[in-house]
Amino acid sequence: MSNLNNSTKAQLAERFRRFIDPEYVISDDETLRPYECDGLSMYCEMPMLVVLPETVEQVQEVLRICHREQVPVVARGAGTGLCAGAMPHAEGVVLSLAKFNRILEIDPLARSARVQPGVRNLAISEEAAAFGLYYGPDPSSQIACTIGGNVAENSGGVHCLKYGLTVHNILGVEMVTVEGERVQIGGEGLDSAGMDLLALMTGSEGLLGIVTEVRVKLLPTPERARVVMAGFDNVQTAGDAVGGIIAAGIIPGGLEMMDTHAIQAAEDFARAGYPRDARALLLCEVDGTAEEVQEHIETVETLFAQLGATSVRTSHDEAERALLWKGRKSAFPAVGRISPDYYCMDGTIPRGKLAQVLTEMDRMAERVGLRVANVFHAGDGNLHPLILFDANVPGEFEKTEELGGKILELCVEVGGCITGEHGVGVEKLRQMPVQFSDQELRQFNAIKDAFDPQGTLNPGKGVPTLRRCQEYRSIEANPEAVGA
Amino acid sequence: MSDISQQLREQILQARAGATKLDIRGGASKRFMGREPQGEALEVGRHRGIVSYEPVELVLTARAGTPLEEIVAALDEQGQMLSFEPPCFGGNATLGGTLACNQSGPGRPWGGSVRDQVLGIRLINGLGEELRFGGQVMKNVAGYDVSRLQAGAMGTLGLITEVSLKVLPKPGETLTLVTETSMAEAVRLMNERAGQPKPLSAACWHDGRLYLRLSGARSAVDATVRQWGGELLENDVAFWRELRDQRLGFFDGDAPLWRFSLRSSAEPLPLEGDWLIDWGGAQRWYRGDADRARLDALAAEAGGQVSLFRGGDRSGEVMPAQAPALRLIQQRLKRAFDPDGLFNPGRLYSWM
Ligand SMILES: Cc1cc2nc3c(=O)[nH]c(=O)nc-3n(C[C@H](O)[C@H](O)[C@H](O)COP(=O)(O)OP(=O)(O)OC[C@H]3O[C@@H](n4cnc5c(N)ncnc54)[C@H](O)[C@@H]3O)c2cc1C
Repeated sequence: MSNLNNSTKAQLAERFRRFIDPEYVISDDETLRPYECDGLSMYCEMPMLVVLPETVEQVQEVLRICHREQVPVVARGAGTGLCAGAMPHAEGVVLSLAKFNRILEIDPLARSARVQPGVRNLAISEEAAAFGLYYGPDPSSQIACTIGGNVAENSGGVHCLKYGLTVHNILGVEMVTVEGERVQIGGEGLDSAGMDLLALMTGSEGLLGIVTEVRVKLLPTPERARVVMAGFDNVQTAGDAVGGIIAAGIIPGGLEMMDTHAIQAAEDFARAGYPRDARALLLCEVDGTAEEVQEHIETVETLFAQLGATSVRTSHDEAERALLWKGRKSAFPAVGRISPDYYCMDGTIPRGKLAQVLTEMDRMAERVGLRVANVFHAGDGNLHPLILFDANVPGEFEKTEELGGKILELCVEVGGCITGEHGVGVEKLRQMPVQFSDQELRQFNAIKDAFDPQGTLNPGKGVPTLRRCQEYRSIEANPEAVGA
Repeated sequence: MSDISQQLREQILQARAGATKLDIRGGASKRFMGREPQGEALEVGRHRGIVSYEPVELVLTARAGTPLEEIVAALDEQGQMLSFEPPCFGGNATLGGTLACNQSGPGRPWGGSVRDQVLGIRLINGLGEELRFGGQVMKNVAGYDVSRLQAGAMGTLGLITEVSLKVLPKPGETLTLVTETSMAEAVRLMNERAGQPKPLSAACWHDGRLYLRLSGARSAVDATVRQWGGELLENDVAFWRELRDQRLGFFDGDAPLWRFSLRSSAEPLPLEGDWLIDWGGAQRWYRGDADRARLDALAAEAGGQVSLFRGGDRSGEVMPAQAPALRLIQQRLKRAFDPDGLFNPGRLYSWM
């Protein structure tokens, strides 16, 4: 860092300490270190400063100062994001919402809760349980990730085919603009007049404003839930079976698929009784009233058998249900045991293309000598290919990244998209021009300008500048030219 | 069935060159909504037809001018439906207008709104650029959610030319329970019951009667009917359709129709007049002349807002006032999409 920057840093820290508890203005390298990346740790950058304000007024003041001084601001929740969206900016301030961890109000009759952005996703459901309610979206990271991060990424979870993503489960947010102004978007009703700014904010990756409060919807906890596990000896049959369930008019609470690598890793890890020899495994959870679950479970079991399952097993009690899910839920750490490192991708495809995409993906991986394990939100077509690699082998991460990029491009080719729930961040900037035209990207940039004309909110994330797109495109067209 | 998007784009480019303003019209079923329309007609009604429909993928894509009835009929053949039950307003409502005006029917609190079910759109912006956002898959978080941003924008950001939607299977059974009760008691009951894990799919109160619709697996619906009690409503499909399309007697006549969007559990508002409560309490219709400032204050207290949905003076503002910062953001967004202010000038707000 240059001397000039050092003096900016000291001055800025000094100014923040005038209104934020000095302990919560972090400027020394050792304490800054834990903030250098989010869940995608291959991308890191040391921030200039980290601040942990405790009131919305402090957030406003931080933003006002940074706006005036044109200092980049990167919001941060729990840092579990998987696209380097919360990766710091070297000349910027990380604005952590960690101190905003209170549930402000639960309204059991209206079925909503008003919470601060740093509240953990799972904490909302835990608190609402006393009223027989819960918060729908359940990302696998729900023990740790924050609702503010969920809003910024429009996070989903295992149950989003039936219960929706974050955008379907929030009623309003309070946001602080880049200029430091506090605004209320949405309210307690189901809609408000004018453009749907709430939808625009959801999934905007901290590029449009800082979320300082969220009103979430709460749902009644289903009376019953049971899960049917089915093994298949080929992926196509399993994919067709997913279509079969939906064609029968059933929208399962969750419908997940795993491939051979994932099944074996998960079974070794969780001992859930998964059929180790299966090529594909489906977990289909049906929830609702006791009667409905009974009716639908019978249909699902019959369908799976008819549609070529080689084994079918249904949970009979909560313990068994938890066990069957345990393998799926621990799939990531389980894969972590069969490979020194793994890289999690997040494309979405039309479900009908599943077998084609998996086959092509295997072929691509084989060509570069890597393995891919797949866990898949099969109900809504969201793939999570886990590319197995070893970061200690020189060049292997680069190879992995390149394969990852190719997989996302494949998703776009078959009519899907480059990210279903993890966001673009820094990681997928390169694939944005694959999914969008220059005109579309220009429109995105114009939206950004409408909120943040100086471009200081989370710069370098989410939407590439057109100049960068041209570079990417010319590299794609002429790979030799870069000498890589 | 035709694709006239090039023609529409031409007209937009010409309007831009000639500084003409454009008044976007689909089926002209919602001319009464918003402020008085102005400008040269941009007719999107002939840009129609279902482009693709994959029942197993739960995705349907249609051109913006496609009548809802055509879509509903195609879904019906496959045992599927639009879960947001959009109003057809006399049969002419189109898909594009439904999204632009964010119109959803009685099932909205449970089946989601049109904005909830939208997966992607094609849009021509004020520069005449044809853009595609979102997609035909269930989940897509690449780029900003421009598709859902359109809901409620009333065409002010551009011409929506195509919409992809998530569709859902129809429930196995639907029954409606009716009980006689007061408005206050109905609001309480609607909310309490919505808090139970039962297959509730619509809840409405009018004229001393509470209507609760149950939809789902037959066994679940039957069990809930036994548990909750009440009279079964005959011909309930017609009742919900008439409510959806605003053809119940309540909606007759010229008196201004106010729409409150509120916290579902809000106590009845202290306003004399005729009320109809829908969406389990979250959407309330009120007939009568009233002092706007008073209505605004009451709506705010109940966690929401009020708009003049139909009738009354449509040269003034009909939508609730926007906070200054939100107004500024929306004006800037308008410029970002439509720098020359071609589309539907003044339809949403006088300042847009
Ligand atoms: C093991 C594991 C499993 C996961 N499973 C899932 C899953 O099933 N589904 C899923 O969708 N995701 C999943 N994720 C990804 C991640 O947990 C989500 O993206 C989550 O929403 C991030 O929340 P966070 O609080 O950690 O946000 P962070 O990582 O801190 O930030 C994420 C982004 O949000 C912005 N941001 C944070 N707070 C605010 C705020 N208050 N205002 C404005 N912007 C803000 C940041 O700038 C950044 O761009 C998983 C991650 C891990 C590590």
